[in-house]
Amino acid sequence: MYYYMILARVLDERMWQLQRAGRARFVVSAPGHEGAQVAMVWPLDRERDWLVPYYRSLAACLVKGLSPTEILLSVLAKAPDPSSGGRQMPGHYGSPRLRILSGSSTVGTQYPHAAGIAYAAKLRRTGEVVVVSIGEGGTSEGDWHEALNFAGVHRVPCVFCVENNRYAISVPVRKQMPVESVAVRAAGYGMPGVSVDGCDVLEAYRVMKEACDRAREGEGPTLVEFRVERLSPHSSEDQQERYRSPEDLEAARRRDPIPAFGSYLRSVGLLDDARDQALWARARREVDEATEDAEQAPDPDPATLTRHVYHDPDPDRPVDSVYWFGGE
Amino acid sequence: MPELRYLDALNRALHEEMARDERVVVLGEDVGAKGGVFGVTAGLLERFGEERVIDTPLAESAIVGCAIGMAVNGLVPIAEIQFADFLHPAFDQIVSEAARLRYRSNGAFGCPLVIRVPYGGAHGTALYHSQCVEAFYAHVPGLKVVAPSTPYDAKGMLKAAVRDPDPVLFLEHKRLYRLLREEVPEGDYEVPIGPAVLRRSGKDLSVFTYGWMLHETLRAAEMVRGEGVEVEVVEIRTLRPLDKATILRSVAKTNKALVVYEDNRFCGYGAEIAALLAEEAFEDLDGPVVRLGGPDVPAVPFARSLEERWMPDAERIAEAIRRLAWY
Repeated sequence: MYYYMILARVLDERMWQLQRAGRARFVVSAPGHEGAQVAMVWPLDRERDWLVPYYRSLAACLVKGLSPTEILLSVLAKAPDPSSGGRQMPGHYGSPRLRILSGSSTVGTQYPHAAGIAYAAKLRRTGEVVVVSIGEGGTSEGDWHEALNFAGVHRVPCVFCVENNRYAISVPVRKQMPVESVAVRAAGYGMPGVSVDGCDVLEAYRVMKEACDRAREGEGPTLVEFRVERLSPHSSEDQQERYRSPEDLEAARRRDPIPAFGSYLRSVGLLDDARDQALWARARREVDEATEDAEQAPDPDPATLTRHVYHDPDPDRPVDSVYWFGGE
Repeated sequence: MPELRYLDALNRALHEEMARDERVVVLGEDVGAKGGVFGVTAGLLERFGEERVIDTPLAESAIVGCAIGMAVNGLVPIAEIQFADFLHPAFDQIVSEAARLRYRSNGAFGCPLVIRVPYGGAHGTALYHSQCVEAFYAHVPGLKVVAPSTPYDAKGMLKAAVRDPDPVLFLEHKRLYRLLREEVPEGDYEVPIGPAVLRRSGKDLSVFTYGWMLHETLRAAEMVRGEGVEVEVVEIRTLRPLDKATILRSVAKTNKALVVYEDNRFCGYGAEIAALLAEEAFEDLDGPVVRLGGPDVPAVPFARSLEERWMPDAERIAEAIRRLAWY
């Protein structure tokens, strides 16, 4: 778990370096969310269960199975990018192989999808569990509420996660919702709601494990709120110093989950300086190699622009002549 | 062969598709015990159970959004939205999610679902139960949009839509449900999504139309026949993807084109047909491409006098045909 948190952080930093160097056109990332995200995916069966991510789900997608190279292929919009082949902005992760559902930029829309995937899992009796995530800003969307309502009625095997970092871009949480906690809203949808410190990795994992077990045993959905910190701006187009005070940012930095988890591991004798340094060095090496691989990958061929609008056994056929049904 | 109403033909298709493939599920508000507001899903709950015939909460975005998730995870959902006017809350799920899933995932995820929706003006259904929404959705690449206008096509095209690997918006004109009967084969057949159909052959001008307007147009064609005008009627039937070949071939034969549609004339679906003809059939044309559409008011008003003034009908279509024929 600790290594994945480090790997996500190093990868995150690399994404920003690539953006500043003009090699990546856009970055959206999630330093501060790593602990919650690693805890979120850790109880899942990596092959069988589903992750329905959002644009900050970097660490979650790494744990689910996307490699650093695959992440950087999307950051650099390269042809072999498994998420979208360079069609979407970075951060829109997806892979049918890993059961990570492709998402859009509109927040909240993925919540009904997760409920539907979970409904199908229940109907088909596959034993699959679905984990979906969103920021607390997205919980204002109608889709969020509609999905929880549907899932509550049908008791589907889904864990609805909310990564509450207290800011929807610049709008603070007190202007987004009139309640103290997202988790209390669960009562309105007939499911348990838990609020957990997402910077406390093991406690977050315990909560997720319990929620996933409930789902797998047919006891229905759970809403889990992770209280986390957003250490970076919303995206590479944002400057959070404009709307967050230095004190607020400093307090957030003090809650960085990586040193916190490192301290815990040291306290129980599982980590020392040498081991820690080795882990960081390994992550940097892995990300360096991934960067090299991703940069060498080809850009998408402009001739593929019109592919995959509709299902077509011959994807090389341009869409403008997509009157392939005939008409004779 | 039994004579079936349009809605019975749809009901047969649903029964047969659910029996054929256990992945097919139906969801929407009132689709279970009530059998849908118009009775299209009647008998499905008793036969297939409430796991596959899902009475959902009243939330259109969730109906479509959950259907997308079901489609992603191995089911073939058929979502019913009670009226086209109520599709708007689900607009984002249809346009930004269902239609784009394949493209945005570079072909990795498909989204095989059907959204059935009654649309169009009928007797006394007024502003919020009568809208024509086809132009909104036909605009969007990634969606298929169909509007069959006969019981035979309704059954065959619904089957084709269920078996289609892409999201299909299936428009059912409300006036057709109970007014029309036609022989419909028992058992399996498909009417493919895509091809337009020649409903009447003629040499003087072509009318391109769909939905309820097909029937008004056929009446209009009869009216002018006695005046020596032979009208060719092409039913577009699949609004997207569009069967350009049939349209262009018809105009090459008749050299004149009238587009008739119930939707607001301005930026309505007929504008696309007119633009297509202007671009690709200019040399064939012996007159202007004429559009006859609904007036530019939001939708059909309730009062009978206003409603009758609103709907394009056979008389008005015949008048447009005469003017164009004499041009």
